[in-house]
Amino acid sequence: MTSTSHHATPELWAETLRPGEHWSGVLRRGTSLRMTALEPRANVAALMYNYESLPERYSLADTLKAQHTAFLTAGCACYSDMGRILCSITADSCGWHDTICGLSDAAMVAAKFGASRFQEQRNDYFKNGRDSVLNELGKYGLGKRDLIANINFFSRVTADDAGALHFDEQHCHAGDYVELRFEMHTLLVLSTCPHPLDPDTQYRPRPVALRAWFSGPAPREDACRQRCEENARGFRNTEMMFLA
Amino acid sequence: MNKIPALIRDEIVPAGEPWMATVTAGQMLRIVDLEGNQAVDTLFYNANDTEERYSAVDTIRGQRRIYLTIGSVLRSNLGASMLTIVEDTCGRHDTLGGACSAESNTVRYALDKRYMHSCRDNFLLALAHYNHGLCKRDLPSNINFFMNVPVTPEGGLEFADGISAPGRYVQLRAQMDVLVLISNCPQLNNPCNAYNPTPIQILIWAAG
Repeated sequence: MTSTSHHATPELWAETLRPGEHWSGVLRRGTSLRMTALEPRANVAALMYNYESLPERYSLADTLKAQHTAFLTAGCACYSDMGRILCSITADSCGWHDTICGLSDAAMVAAKFGASRFQEQRNDYFKNGRDSVLNELGKYGLGKRDLIANINFFSRVTADDAGALHFDEQHCHAGDYVELRFEMHTLLVLSTCPHPLDPDTQYRPRPVALRAWFSGPAPREDACRQRCEENARGFRNTEMMFLA
Repeated sequence: MNKIPALIRDEIVPAGEPWMATVTAGQMLRIVDLEGNQAVDTLFYNANDTEERYSAVDTIRGQRRIYLTIGSVLRSNLGASMLTIVEDTCGRHDTLGGACSAESNTVRYALDKRYMHSCRDNFLLALAHYNHGLCKRDLPSNINFFMNVPVTPEGGLEFADGISAPGRYVQLRAQMDVLVLISNCPQLNNPCNAYNPTPIQILIWAAG
């Protein structure tokens, strides 16, 4: 699936996340966001919350079971735990985004890559996924209680018949992109830390470009809405919140 | 000679009801699927600091495997070992399928399924009565003991017929003091309970 409308509509904003950077912002209903991997093997950990009612948040389980999938790609909706859709994936050049492997943490990063402090390395010190998102969550009064299962955009991890996981080192290429169309006002928290199961023995996070534009929410004829009957009901539940 | 640990709790949880208890470090918790194919939706909290709680993704990441069975270490949102599965006569348990809710039932089955009793309503009500400030924010993805949610190498996921049977059980050793929150699943719309929710038995033994 290719990009829908992002060349035709004026940009709202654009910025580049540095390797290892953490970020948060509010994406209003009708805003679309394109994330582009600027180098191979990027990873963007993402957490999402309903900005109008923060206890409503992305649900790994509800997203997967509504759509009978263990991964995310174009046509998928990202469900909250209230039967509603935070955002839908309207375009995707890489075909698979992980949502079952979680985040790296300080102990893992120290064990894999060694000690790294601000004092010696300034802003290039090694970040880890959990502390990165805790940093951002704290800005909204959220914390450890709000560490939900995240999405790892650009990463592919498959399960074999025994359930053992395998990280795909060749999955993400420079220029790969994914587009999210926000269906409700969403607090989005991002970190570009490496995927927790990436076997790379060096700490090499990658930069990712963000670009936002106003696309409007899902139209009546829409690939995500029409993917399955479950999604039609999920959009209906979401639109009930925004009736004039 | 080793002393045989004392059985300190032996209870039946009726179909569709919540259950809470504290299990201290070293104690054993056994959950018995009395009649077979009964999903037991379960969460654990560090009893001394409930901001630390079970995390499905940390558990999956830690063992690099999606199913739970003997040897699985159940990890917290801070990466710590909370409990270990030490016995398992079922063979495989799910931690991707989550808990049913009124809202997710409207998406998954039909808008008019909202009225049906659900695990998340059980969780919410149990936490509301527990009076320690726990609420919806404290409901992350849970474990579904005895539930079968196979994932294919191509990334397919479905709720399949159960692989459990009457009398099968899973037994866990607590590595820290844990608050256990269970919903004995009331779901009637998929095969997770063989369309017939049934009671479970819960046993707790003192530290050996």
